[in-house]
Amino acid sequence: MGIAKSLRIAGRLRMKRRRLLFRSFRKRRQLHPVENRTSRIKADSILAFSTVRNEMVRLPYFLEYYRALGVNHFLFVDNESDDGTAEYLREQPDVSLWTTPESYKLSRFGVDWLTWLQIKYGHNHWCLTVDADEILVYPFCDTRSLRALTDWLDDSSIRSFGTLMLDMYPKGPLDAQTCEPGQDPFEILSWFDSGNYMMERHPELHNLWIQGGVRARKFFPDQPRRAPSLNKTPLVKWNRRYAYVSSTHALLPRELNQVYDQWGGEKASGVLLHTKFLHTIGEKTREEMQRRQHFGNSEEYVAYHDVLQHSPDLWCKWSEKYINWRQLEILGLMSKGNWA
Amino acid sequence: MSVGVVMLVHTALERAAQVARHWSDSGCPVVIHVDKRVSRSGYASFVAALDDLPDILFSERHRCEWGTWSLVAASQTASALMLARFAQVQHVYLASGSCLPLRPVSELIDYLSGRPRTDFIESATIEDVPWTTGGLDAERFTLRFPLSWKRHRRAFDAYVALQRKLRIKRRMPEGLVPHLGSQWWCLTRQTLTAILEDPDREIYDRYFSRVWIPDESYYQTLVRLYSDHIESRSLTLSKFDFEGKPHVFYDDHLQLLRRSDCFVARKIWPHAHRLYDSFLAPGQTLMHDAEPNPGKIDRIFSKAVERRTKGRPGLYMQSRFPRWGHEQVKTCAPYSVFEGFSDLFENFDLWLSQVVNARVHGHLFAPGDVQFHGGGAVFTGALSHSGDIRDYNAKAFLTSLIWNTRGERQCFQFSPRDNQEVTWLMAEDPNAQISVITGTWALALFRSKGNFDQIRKEAARLQRIENDHMQALQSPHARARVRVWSMADFIESPMEPLQSVLDEIGPRATQRISEAPKMVDLNGFGRFLQNLKNQGMHPYSVGDYPMTGEAFEPRQLRRRAYVVKS
Repeated sequence: MGIAKSLRIAGRLRMKRRRLLFRSFRKRRQLHPVENRTSRIKADSILAFSTVRNEMVRLPYFLEYYRALGVNHFLFVDNESDDGTAEYLREQPDVSLWTTPESYKLSRFGVDWLTWLQIKYGHNHWCLTVDADEILVYPFCDTRSLRALTDWLDDSSIRSFGTLMLDMYPKGPLDAQTCEPGQDPFEILSWFDSGNYMMERHPELHNLWIQGGVRARKFFPDQPRRAPSLNKTPLVKWNRRYAYVSSTHALLPRELNQVYDQWGGEKASGVLLHTKFLHTIGEKTREEMQRRQHFGNSEEYVAYHDVLQHSPDLWCKWSEKYINWRQLEILGLMSKGNWA
Repeated sequence: MSVGVVMLVHTALERAAQVARHWSDSGCPVVIHVDKRVSRSGYASFVAALDDLPDILFSERHRCEWGTWSLVAASQTASALMLARFAQVQHVYLASGSCLPLRPVSELIDYLSGRPRTDFIESATIEDVPWTTGGLDAERFTLRFPLSWKRHRRAFDAYVALQRKLRIKRRMPEGLVPHLGSQWWCLTRQTLTAILEDPDREIYDRYFSRVWIPDESYYQTLVRLYSDHIESRSLTLSKFDFEGKPHVFYDDHLQLLRRSDCFVARKIWPHAHRLYDSFLAPGQTLMHDAEPNPGKIDRIFSKAVERRTKGRPGLYMQSRFPRWGHEQVKTCAPYSVFEGFSDLFENFDLWLSQVVNARVHGHLFAPGDVQFHGGGAVFTGALSHSGDIRDYNAKAFLTSLIWNTRGERQCFQFSPRDNQEVTWLMAEDPNAQISVITGTWALALFRSKGNFDQIRKEAARLQRIENDHMQALQSPHARARVRVWSMADFIESPMEPLQSVLDEIGPRATQRISEAPKMVDLNGFGRFLQNLKNQGMHPYSVGDYPMTGEAFEPRQLRRRAYVVKS
């Protein structure tokens, strides 16, 4: 590639990043503080950022899991929940909560709101940006805290940590088993697709674009291009100049997307276990069909709706039952890299 | 007789204080050097935490920076203080704040008092030992390094490049032979005194102050002048990764560290409570005179380095995506591709799965759905049979299939009618064993009852595709193991070439194949070919097929397959 062209791309990406930052700056007034406990954030605190809507089923386990891993403070944006999510969150001692009645879609699916909070509170912190249905698994997560990982990343001068989003599903119809708030969702969603992922490198942002898994297999078998992206970079040593481009799939500046090795080696990476397919999926899908607030004009949800009507079994005899991170590493779904 | 510990401390002061107290409680005097970058209040509370212990002293502070002379200066100052103030010290042990004694200190004292004249310092000549990282080994000694690599990396690199270009070389002081080794040593009072009180020390210091990472070479080189008994190994267990950073130990390494029998390990993660609690607890079990044995730990860490630099070949995932062409193998295991066999033989895949010890698929890349073994809708790894998903990224489909089935050889059929996206992947992949009978695409056309004009067009199209495919297989870039026969050659003596292909895959039984696969009916095929020729479409890839138009009798003459690439 010629120097002129690469400069042009670099300039365009810089403009894009500034536009994204400005956009979130403009949207800052959409956020109304409900409970601001950010004064409790210490210089080395690990922060989690999340936009939620009606997640009472998932949140108790979510908070318990990430607290145990070592997240010190949670920053939530609640988008008009009516199931008690906001009330529950504001009682938590390590949670700061904002609320907004504005459009999820127009806020780039919550990213604009979170970007503003990250500008304000995330600078120089390790920031974990996850949805309520994403549970992070990384090498040695059963014996080493998140701080062990971030300390190691700091020592290695690594600023971002890549993951694969792994869709977990139950055996049998999706609504056959009910997950109670606080229950480990993987008692029900204990299965996943282990070896049907495909990827390519984004020509400009340089992130890997990964698709496949059970959602491509069951919901998009005849239009795989529309299957959702599964690459995510949720853990970043944040700087107020950084911005997520679309969800947490890609970042700017683009060096942060270089979470993979191109010379044959393996960098350390993790997996986001995705608890989308709990019993609530049917109801959620029906709601989204009406709200049309999700990705790609909610086409994704149309596909879910079409398939879910026939109460499908996502499970097949080649499904893999989840055991632990070591299993995922052996299957090649994540890697220890040179962390030993 | 005792051991004195010189500690270099810059972070995790609480842990350092805890370990210093442990050394001191076990009868070892300690001299601590605290990096000047530690804040005044941090330093004050650190000193206060240890001021009940008379055998702990603090040396004059230097501002320390990795890779520079300051670390040597710090150890010199602290060592001099140790020798001057603690006359009973026979060995001086250089440690860092993140070092942790793994065995009772009394064992270390016994071990060293049993070897009173021995200097434990890793010291290897640069000619004999290719030193690990950075590409700087001999040049550490011949170039000047006045700049900080961490803070001024560009200037550092530019200055190195400039010196290389101008061919500037420094001369080593008379009498010195450059040696390198771990910076964590344990020297006898005699040797250390000789180094620190050498009349030429000023010359040496001036020279080493411009050497790159002098703490790995200063003592290691000078010790060769004075010591009469060097044991060239470090008593501190310390492993480095591929970038030269020390590996860190965590709670889950507890058993591993216990079994290593090493005296001291670094670096320990400051929050590894279990490690600190276990190894600093009083009343540790004694191992007596066991020699340190870091073998198992070595293996774990060298595996980690290998994973980071080489990875698992044939695996494509979110943190491993080799550039095309960078990696020789494209897949993780050998597999076999049969092109043309399913056209020439009836139920070839069934026959094949009876004679070879492998999983035999149909045409994986056929138009429409994937023809998995057994015709299932899903296969290992939950690969879908959807042709759309497969064609969306055919290469990923193939590499995933081979990855998912590691441990079981895969065979599949291929033809010009199939998706050709994987041609180059297979051609460049040494794991691919490809056997081709060219021209067999004509057989399906021969049996079809369509309009001859369309058949002719289709024949031309397939032959063109086959030709492109063969060019890839026979290109200089191809690394697959390829065997090619024209159809005419193959049917003369089908068993011999088949046998050679099967031998390579690994037959189910060791004896030769007894039952041949059944060939399709070739009656009238010669005529068909002639008709194509008459229409101006020459099916040259079939080979010299006799134009008798009648049943074809295999001749006695046997021809050998030619192997294009091996």
